[in-house]
Amino acid sequence: MKTWLARQRYLVDFTLAAALRRKGRNAMLLGVYALMIFILASVIFFGSALRREAAAALQGAPEVTVQNLVMGRHALAPPQWLDKLRHMRGARHVQGRLWGYFYDKATGANYTVMTPPADKPDYALKPGETIIGASIKRLRDGRNLGWLMLLSPSGKLFKLKIKRTLPETSELMSADLVLMARADFLRFFSLPEGAGFTDISMQVRNRNEVAKIVEKISRLLPTARVITRADILRTYENVFSWREGIVLAMLSAALVAFAIFAFDKASGLSAGERREIGILKALGWETSDILAMKFWEGALISLAAFIIGVAGAYAHVFFFDAGVLAPVLKGWSVLYPRIHLTPSVDRLQLVTLAFITIIPFTAATLVPIWKAAITDPDVVMR
Amino acid sequence: MIELNEVTKIYNEGQPNEVVALRDVSLTIPEGRVTVFKGPSGSGKTTLLTLVGCLARPTSGRIRLDGRIISALPEHFMAAVRRETFGFVFQRFNLIRGLSVIENVMIPAYPLGPDYRGLRARAGALLERFQLAHKARMKTEVLSGGESQRVAIARALINDPQWIIADEPTANLDSRLAGQFLDEVRQLKQAGKSIIITSHDERIFNADVVDVVVDMEDGRIATVEER
Repeated sequence: MKTWLARQRYLVDFTLAAALRRKGRNAMLLGVYALMIFILASVIFFGSALRREAAAALQGAPEVTVQNLVMGRHALAPPQWLDKLRHMRGARHVQGRLWGYFYDKATGANYTVMTPPADKPDYALKPGETIIGASIKRLRDGRNLGWLMLLSPSGKLFKLKIKRTLPETSELMSADLVLMARADFLRFFSLPEGAGFTDISMQVRNRNEVAKIVEKISRLLPTARVITRADILRTYENVFSWREGIVLAMLSAALVAFAIFAFDKASGLSAGERREIGILKALGWETSDILAMKFWEGALISLAAFIIGVAGAYAHVFFFDAGVLAPVLKGWSVLYPRIHLTPSVDRLQLVTLAFITIIPFTAATLVPIWKAAITDPDVVMR
Repeated sequence: MIELNEVTKIYNEGQPNEVVALRDVSLTIPEGRVTVFKGPSGSGKTTLLTLVGCLARPTSGRIRLDGRIISALPEHFMAAVRRETFGFVFQRFNLIRGLSVIENVMIPAYPLGPDYRGLRARAGALLERFQLAHKARMKTEVLSGGESQRVAIARALINDPQWIIADEPTANLDSRLAGQFLDEVRQLKQAGKSIIITSHDERIFNADVVDVVVDMEDGRIATVEER
């Protein structure tokens, strides 16, 4: 065992010394290889960090949300629903919510306009006041400082005093949020008093009974659509996975190009290299030594590329907020949430990435060498 | 002692470019002496050397080393014999470019996995012996022909083999360097090594250090002269 280890060490030493002779070729190969792993790892890290972030943010979301459907389309929920649901056994914190979407022509951004939750005094607003998401503040910086000026869908000018900005920690969920008092909301969207709610949120006393509550709501309010927190989380998962898939599909052409490039670089044996193999065999190296040497060459290059690529991706995603991928993966059109993702790595994903990069490359270096390695060493004498 | 018994070597057998390089060669090569295979190009002397040195297998016939058949060994054992029993000095030296002189000398020992310090000390001592210690860290490309040959000899000796095999060692050397090579052969012989050389250089086969001259012609042994 000791001899075997010493032998491998000599082979690694030889491989490194030999690789240094072709600095340019190997540096280029390492650079392109590391870049590929960097992009793949960035997509994986960023996607999973976003999912984790969304899951953490949704911890505070209502367990059940009830919406009204008319002809299969979303409609305002009648105010009477609120009482019916409040009296349901197992339900608590039943609240009607008013929210809608608004396209602001001045900034070209879509906002989510909402009334503040009744049970959170921090968010309480008087008519004429607003609380806005951090992204909106950044977008409007320099304009109407302290005031939010909006042109309502019916063309009326709304001037709201900005009471405060929402913290950046919740920005994944609140980037585009504009909170306003109920009276302002109704006026802004030209809704009558007693118009009902966009949806009704609810907490469930016993989390194991969520399915039962959903069933009861469906029976009580047949036209209602009931959405659970798990459903929202699943939707986020699907959206991020879909976006990841799109990015990877776009990258697939680059990945194929890299595979061809790497295979060519790794497997191409020059006449000089073939002769060198003949010399080593003549000097007493066995076929297995030659194969081990080539194995180390492939393994060292791919391991180095893997470490550089993964470390680069880690820094890119967690220290530099994934500047390259954010526009595609976060998916907000104008308002990009400025969130700092919590550094954490899924080991299984890392192992999978290592498996799909290191092993094929190492194998690509070994296959063509096999033929050269089994030739008789007497070629060096001819 | 190496014994060859009716050894034949055919390249590309059964193909249009078939070449019979050796025909029914039987020969005994004594240990501790200097044997030279001489003959014109194409006479089969280099082929005979590759078979004796376990670099290739004969098409037919047997080769024995100290009574043990080495011509039919599997690759793994042939490589071991090559590594431990023979040291090679090739015609064009075949040093590995881009590596240092001392790395080149150590290469045959790598598959044995010896202690690094010991190996480096051994390689250093050999370079010292051949007056090349000051060039140990240099790349082999900067060496002169004579220096390259001395590095090749040092490399051949790193595993302390009993047999040294040299293929046309003076083909690229002037008279002074050829004389230097013969001095080194003399020292190796005095150290008890067995040496086999192929050459069509009369400076070699007429040298007083040579004990046996095997004259080859068309893949056969024409004469064996013992001195």
